[in-house]
Amino acid sequence: MTAEAPPPPGPWRQALRGLLRNRAAMVAFAVLALITLSCALAPLYARDIARTDPFTSNVAGSILLGRHEVDIMQPNDNPLHLGLSPIGPTGHAAYLLGADSQGRDVAARLLYGGRNSLLIAACAAVLCLLLAAAAGIAAGFFGGLVDVILSRLMDIMWAVPVYLFAISLSIVTVSQGLKLGPFVVEADSLLIPIVIIALVYVPYAARPIRGRVLALRQAEFVTAARCLGVPRWRIVLFDILPNVTTTLVVLGPLLMALSLLAESALSFLSIGVQAPAASWGTIIQDGEGLIYTRPMVAIAPGLAIVLVVLALNILGDGLRDALDVRDSARRSS
Amino acid sequence: MQKRFFHAGCVLTALLAVADQVSALHAQPSATPLLPQAAVHFPSDPHKGGTLRLAAQDSGGTLDPQVSYISLIKELETPVYDGLLAFPKFSGPAAQHVIADLAETVPQSEDGGRTYRFTLRPNLHFSDGQTVGVEDVAASFRRLFKVGSPTAGPYYSHIIGADACLHDPAHCTLAGGIETDAATRTITFHLTEPDAEFLDRLAWFHAAIVPASTPPHDTGNTAPPGTGPYRVTSYDPATGMVLERNPYFQEWAHDAQPAGYPDTMQVTFGLDTEGEVTAIENGQYDWMYEDLPLDRLGEVGSRYAGQVQIYTLLLYYYAALNVRLPPFNSLKARQALNYAINRHAMVIYHGGPAVSAPLCQLLPQGTPGYVPNCAYTKGASPAHPLPQWQAPDLEEARRLVRESDTAGQKITIVAPLEGRYAAMAMELRSTLASLGYSATVRSLTQTVQFPYIQNSDNHVQLALTGWNADYPSASSFLQTLFACASFHPHSDNSPNISAFCNPEIDALMTTAARTALTSPEQSEKDWAEVDRALMAQAPAVPLVQIRRVTLLSKRTRNAIVTLNDEILLSQLQVR
Repeated sequence: MTAEAPPPPGPWRQALRGLLRNRAAMVAFAVLALITLSCALAPLYARDIARTDPFTSNVAGSILLGRHEVDIMQPNDNPLHLGLSPIGPTGHAAYLLGADSQGRDVAARLLYGGRNSLLIAACAAVLCLLLAAAAGIAAGFFGGLVDVILSRLMDIMWAVPVYLFAISLSIVTVSQGLKLGPFVVEADSLLIPIVIIALVYVPYAARPIRGRVLALRQAEFVTAARCLGVPRWRIVLFDILPNVTTTLVVLGPLLMALSLLAESALSFLSIGVQAPAASWGTIIQDGEGLIYTRPMVAIAPGLAIVLVVLALNILGDGLRDALDVRDSARRSS
Repeated sequence: MQKRFFHAGCVLTALLAVADQVSALHAQPSATPLLPQAAVHFPSDPHKGGTLRLAAQDSGGTLDPQVSYISLIKELETPVYDGLLAFPKFSGPAAQHVIADLAETVPQSEDGGRTYRFTLRPNLHFSDGQTVGVEDVAASFRRLFKVGSPTAGPYYSHIIGADACLHDPAHCTLAGGIETDAATRTITFHLTEPDAEFLDRLAWFHAAIVPASTPPHDTGNTAPPGTGPYRVTSYDPATGMVLERNPYFQEWAHDAQPAGYPDTMQVTFGLDTEGEVTAIENGQYDWMYEDLPLDRLGEVGSRYAGQVQIYTLLLYYYAALNVRLPPFNSLKARQALNYAINRHAMVIYHGGPAVSAPLCQLLPQGTPGYVPNCAYTKGASPAHPLPQWQAPDLEEARRLVRESDTAGQKITIVAPLEGRYAAMAMELRSTLASLGYSATVRSLTQTVQFPYIQNSDNHVQLALTGWNADYPSASSFLQTLFACASFHPHSDNSPNISAFCNPEIDALMTTAARTALTSPEQSEKDWAEVDRALMAQAPAVPLVQIRRVTLLSKRTRNAIVTLNDEILLSQLQVR
């Protein structure tokens, strides 16, 4: 009597195993998790460790370093007494990375800024994927006039440089906010950068989805479902969408990385996250005027952006490798 | 009356520099003796010749001296044009009063202040060789109206016939307003009513005398001939500008228009401020127009202290509170913010006590009528002011907010997007939040923000802005910014941003202006009283008065800072 072979693992489980075997992707995931967790704990850090309010100007204030009270803005050592510089990295819990030009704790703002940057990037990526999936599936599955209209619309959006498009939308909405019938979005709401960034990247995600759906539409199981008289909405929901999901999952981290960069650029230009809220882009802008004296203010958020984008790209590559069944099959053979 | 606001290094025009002696009065004691004038001033070792290399981020637009309201153009063209009168080209408190330039003397008024009679100096020539005649003077004043000079209405509307010129500039004759007699070289101005500041206005840049043949429109990139020691020989707004010696210039009054030292002044446009500082440090340029970036102050102060000039400007930053909108329609709410604001923080935002000073009155230091007076500081009140700001009084401020019953109200601060304004706006937001208000900042580009905050249709509650005067007078601050007549509802040109109108204070202002014709000393006392009365009503929160820090190259000598023209470029010597 022979033992019955265990059933082969499902495609998702197989993908997860593949991903877990990918060391680079796992390191990237760990870095992302660490940064996300740190940013999530920003209020705790500011209140209990740094004991500072990172949103209130404090240029005239002072802090205790050891037993010494030190002014946050320190006079420059020159015979003319020209200028004051914010305190640099202290090595203490308070003002660990120093202060910005308004006397605020850079480390605390970095964590709070990370919350907004990551939140906007993640939400924008999800929203973008939803919109792109809807557009790509509609264009690919229904074809004809629907495809022509949607594809040309994507072409037009694609023709405009993505940052120029985002800047144009931001300038309009950031000054006045957004009023859509009874719905009012305040000018300083995070929803504005989320929606704008999601919109500008829709063509980038919708195109590959449309291509995948065009291929799926010709697949035997879809033809069979049609012959059996299955309603089109059921085909889309239960035959097309599950097969597009892998593409969406692979696009997710890459879109999040792009969204993070776009958010930082918009915030750097003062048309993204609005003061007193912070994001990594606004902190870099704060640091621009201190680049000669306190470069850490600009370097710290810049490094954070580099790390997160790098980690997302590596994770995205790992996901692509793990979810690409044909590629896995090729490797195993 | 029309003015323009202080525009950190860009739209700033006619900055009124006060002598270093005056500025030193409110500087840090430790900083004052170290002001570097002595290090770069070598009047006993004059050096004529050479090329002075100047740098500016952007060109200032039109070169027409009767049209341009850009301080860069004024600084560059000060040695190109003259008026009948001028502000002295030397430092010190005496430089507050006008002196004769193309005119032989400063006349006494006649007819109760309605008539001024000037005699033109003989043998004057424009830079194209034409002789300067009395008809050129009359034509220049007619041209002011024809070209739509920004100060034609505010400064020269008291000349008889000016009203008709303002309504129909193309056919302006100023009939009955200006009479000339070529035989005696006499020019006579007739005014509709006495104007205590008329002579100051004749010394203002727009009253430059140009040939009668100058086209009656903005000459744009072409500078009309002038009478000064230099002439503009080339100008490309994209790249640069060259000024060379006027071959027809003969010095007639050293204090009014001295002969220049460099043979050529070469201006380059396009460098950013960081690049300008580095270029001057490296000796590639001699002077830069823009303010030094704050993050370079420390480096410049420590390594290039001997090349630095520091001087006080008659300009300040303030927050205008709209007295017709909640919560600042409540006097107590306005006073609360005045008590609560940390002016020391504002000083830090401008580079520290060596380059700025806290201000809690509406007349800046150096203005006639200025008497140190701070009603809103710890331990003071409008009834018992202190001479200087000490510290914020949050306790008193919170009490006033409670009594005003305005806590929790929403306030939008409308501030320029650029530079130090953003930091000041955030400080204001923090202060308002600490008083219990829900404050947000709305940032607009400066060129948009200034007209926006003036228009009452935009319902601006709190506007952050700055103000400077074309010449030192109390009225250019108090009357222009807070008189009933300066408030024009629904207009982008309404400098009374607070929409403040108090008939009693208006009457005090009228008295102070009239008294100036007969008793300047009493007039100054009256203006000081107006200043106190205004601050008791707190239509604004004065924040900080600044000093300008200018970096010169190592090879530059003889920096002379005057009351009205800042550094005299024509007097810089280069080796």
